[in-house]
Amino acid sequence: MISARPSFDRELQELQQDILRMGSMVEQQIYNAVESLVKKDEKLANKVIEDDDIVDEMEHQIEDKCIKLIARQHPLAKDLRVIFTGVKIATDLERMSDNSIDIARTTIRLLGQQYIKPLIDIPRMAYLTREMVRTALDAYINQDVEAAQKVCEADDEIDHLYSQIFRELLVIMMEDPKTISHATQLLFVGRYLERIADHATNLGEWIIYLVTGEKKELNN
Amino acid sequence: MQIKQNKVTALIGPSGCGKSTFLRTLNRMNDLIEDAHIEGKILLDNKNIYDKDVDVVDLRKRVGMVFQKPNPFPMTIYDNIAYGPRIHGNRDKKKLDEIVERSLIGAALWDEVKDRLRHSALGLSGGQQQRLCIARVLAVEPEVVLMDEPCSALDPISTMKIEELIEQLKQNYTIIIVTHNMQQAGRISDYTAFFLNGEVIEFGMTEDLFYNPKHKKTEEYITGRFG
Repeated sequence: MISARPSFDRELQELQQDILRMGSMVEQQIYNAVESLVKKDEKLANKVIEDDDIVDEMEHQIEDKCIKLIARQHPLAKDLRVIFTGVKIATDLERMSDNSIDIARTTIRLLGQQYIKPLIDIPRMAYLTREMVRTALDAYINQDVEAAQKVCEADDEIDHLYSQIFRELLVIMMEDPKTISHATQLLFVGRYLERIADHATNLGEWIIYLVTGEKKELNN
Repeated sequence: MQIKQNKVTALIGPSGCGKSTFLRTLNRMNDLIEDAHIEGKILLDNKNIYDKDVDVVDLRKRVGMVFQKPNPFPMTIYDNIAYGPRIHGNRDKKKLDEIVERSLIGAALWDEVKDRLRHSALGLSGGQQQRLCIARVLAVEPEVVLMDEPCSALDPISTMKIEELIEQLKQNYTIIIVTHNMQQAGRISDYTAFFLNGEVIEFGMTEDLFYNPKHKKTEEYITGRFG
């Protein structure tokens, strides 16, 4: 298709590249956060926290770009949806970043303590969550509705793992109330990952909306 | 295509796609073109306006029209408005005064011209002239007002005034407007029809059409990507 608006097209592509860059950054943050917890790596945990400023700045730049595109280009139809979903996706990514920071703070809080159980389900959950984010970013760039749908479906597995972690920690706490404070920290990590997965599901929904113009609630 | 009463319907599409031609069929302005060929029916209150027994002058009284360039008659503001009622046989001075005032108020021009009704209409600004033309249409109390790019020769402020006026007018009139300005169609119309090569490609609620058009051609046109 020959476009009558090549410079606008270029700006829309730049916007999508910005979102992709922000997404990759956040994906790395999720990885680093859980890695810092597993390896009790204070330095890595601090890096996750410091990266927050970069992610916030990326979000602001995306918002700024979007609002200026609306003001200057009067986008309609799909162009409008690209810009609107750009803002929404940047918000979800920023929230994921915040949850990663929460996990990194837990790492720092638990430094020097023996974990009450080996961390198995949490890294598994983190892996699946990152997969969701990665699939969502691929779906975004390829405008792939089917892949976006898969992101949303994967959320069920995360919810399942979370309730498993919850039950397991509950049993540990009931057996020995001295573990409550520690176990609660780990439970929170499960909860943060579960939230990140929910935001990834939102990404899936926004991508479907971007391509089809229809809003679907897929996070049941 | 069903044009809804007391709604604004916008006709959009590239130059030469037939929107103005279509608009002109609605009050039989195309009859004036010598070799015009007309097929199909246009129903106004269930009556085909192309039936033999339809009085064209009466039809154009019911279906008024405003053109791209303001075209006031070279006479006073007052006479411009009174012209229509007069040719329809109204000679009563008091009645005409009333019509002139009511039409100018209806076209949101009264306050600006009430002290110079006897001045030439040609002394008005472009935006005022266009509102005068709208007032002239309103003077004969039409049911439908056709507008062929009424703002294309106007500055942004005059354009906004006309758009605001259209919003008010739809309470009493059915409005069909041809516009090249997509944002204008988005702002003022309830329904939009997209024309291409003489065909209606898509017709629907304006918000649906501008937010998630069903046809690829519509999407390409409204987003400025024609290929």
